[in-house]
Amino acid sequence: MNTKKDILLEPVIDRNPITLQILGVCSALAVTTQMVPALIMGIALTFVIGASSAAVSTIRNHMPGNIRIIIQMTIIASLVILVDQFLKAFAYDISRQLSVFVGLIITNCVVLGRAEAYASSNPVVPSVLDGVGHGLGYALVLLVVAFFRELFGSGKLFGVEILPLVSEGGWYLPNGLMLLAPSAFFIIGLMIWAIRAWKPAQEEKPEYQIHVVHRTEAL
Amino acid sequence: MSEQPEKRPAGLLGRVLALPNDSIAKMLVVTIALSLVCSILVSSAAVLLKPMQQRNVELARKARILEVAGLMEAERDIEELFQSVEPRLVELDSGEFSDRFDPSDYDQQVAARDPSLSAVVEPWNDIAGIGRRAHYAPVYLVKSGESVEKVILPVHGYGLWSTMYGFLALSGDGREVLGLTFYQHAETPGLGGEIENPRWLEKWVGKKIYGPEGEVKLRVVRGSVGTEQADWAVDGISGATLTADGVSHMIEYWLGEQGFKPFLARLREEGA
Repeated sequence: MNTKKDILLEPVIDRNPITLQILGVCSALAVTTQMVPALIMGIALTFVIGASSAAVSTIRNHMPGNIRIIIQMTIIASLVILVDQFLKAFAYDISRQLSVFVGLIITNCVVLGRAEAYASSNPVVPSVLDGVGHGLGYALVLLVVAFFRELFGSGKLFGVEILPLVSEGGWYLPNGLMLLAPSAFFIIGLMIWAIRAWKPAQEEKPEYQIHVVHRTEAL
Repeated sequence: MSEQPEKRPAGLLGRVLALPNDSIAKMLVVTIALSLVCSILVSSAAVLLKPMQQRNVELARKARILEVAGLMEAERDIEELFQSVEPRLVELDSGEFSDRFDPSDYDQQVAARDPSLSAVVEPWNDIAGIGRRAHYAPVYLVKSGESVEKVILPVHGYGLWSTMYGFLALSGDGREVLGLTFYQHAETPGLGGEIENPRWLEKWVGKKIYGPEGEVKLRVVRGSVGTEQADWAVDGISGATLTADGVSHMIEYWLGEQGFKPFLARLREEGA
């Protein structure tokens, strides 16, 4: 049986929601041009997923099976609205930068995935740890992607200038691709490659082998 | 399921919890209870945080006005800086100042939806694609002594996907652009969204608005501006022709007869 520490830390790298499960990629493309929004998004998602796992796990024994997805979505949606309202009140600039993507946490498959796959059949404490672990794994990937995109796209980290830009009298010519969504695809792809090279256990078995067709056979 | 039998609370709650999960009664009870809890949470957060949110929106709006007027200073209190700006309400058709509403509470977007405060723009006039126009609009004056040094006008118009909302700062005589900014739009990021790019917005500074016959000549052109039209044209954004056309139409509408032209004319007469 897993220890509590395993439940919390496994999703960070070994079962990372983005690089292994390939979930939640959409928002990872959208909010990673800078570190600050990526960090806030990571925190917001970690909170939502932890709280929704706690709520779903608390009522798991009384959840009617045929409306359970609706119940889980209601819980998640309420939490996301709460987060959105708090951001608008206390971190208005960042909530403007994140714009619709806070609301879209509702549709982030990582959250519903954990509620359905784990929290609805496990006690509260491990469910929360599992949720928070997945949130941290998601946040980690977001921060790594944002690190490269902000550094090479605008020469800054957390808004602090690292590479002085040519347009402001420095020497660094920013890479415009880094500001566009495809660059996040490339970085996530390279990350998946790096992680699977490091931990070959994550490699998927090919679903089928391409089989060599002989000329006679084809005829 | 291999759950240990739970200790159930006594009374009505215990009886409800003991119902089989898939019975209709249980389903209704769970749904209603959950909806109640969630709606109380959500609505209390919305109500309690509303004053702070409105303050943020208001501050962001003021910050935009200060920025476009070139009055923004880092690390100064926005409210304090905003003291130098005088909000006034203008009746667009006559171009006169009005005291019908308090300009700091007046919301042009809400008024444009209110039939008693707005009118449908005839299709042949509606080049900016705004549908309805409020009769009143707020303007922001920056004065030095008695004479108006800068005028900041709220403008909006339809781009490619969305209505773009912004502020346009003009010199006191209403003939020259001092700045343009957008605070709300949903154009394609990286293409039309570049209308928010400070380097593009800088190109508007110092442009003339009206041609020799008083027509609005200022617009965004495709590609780069040639020398003969340099006074009235702004470089286009590559990949954003339709958004840029929307910006041109917005400028043409709001600085034309339907927009602030009567007001600017009156301001010139009175200010001179």
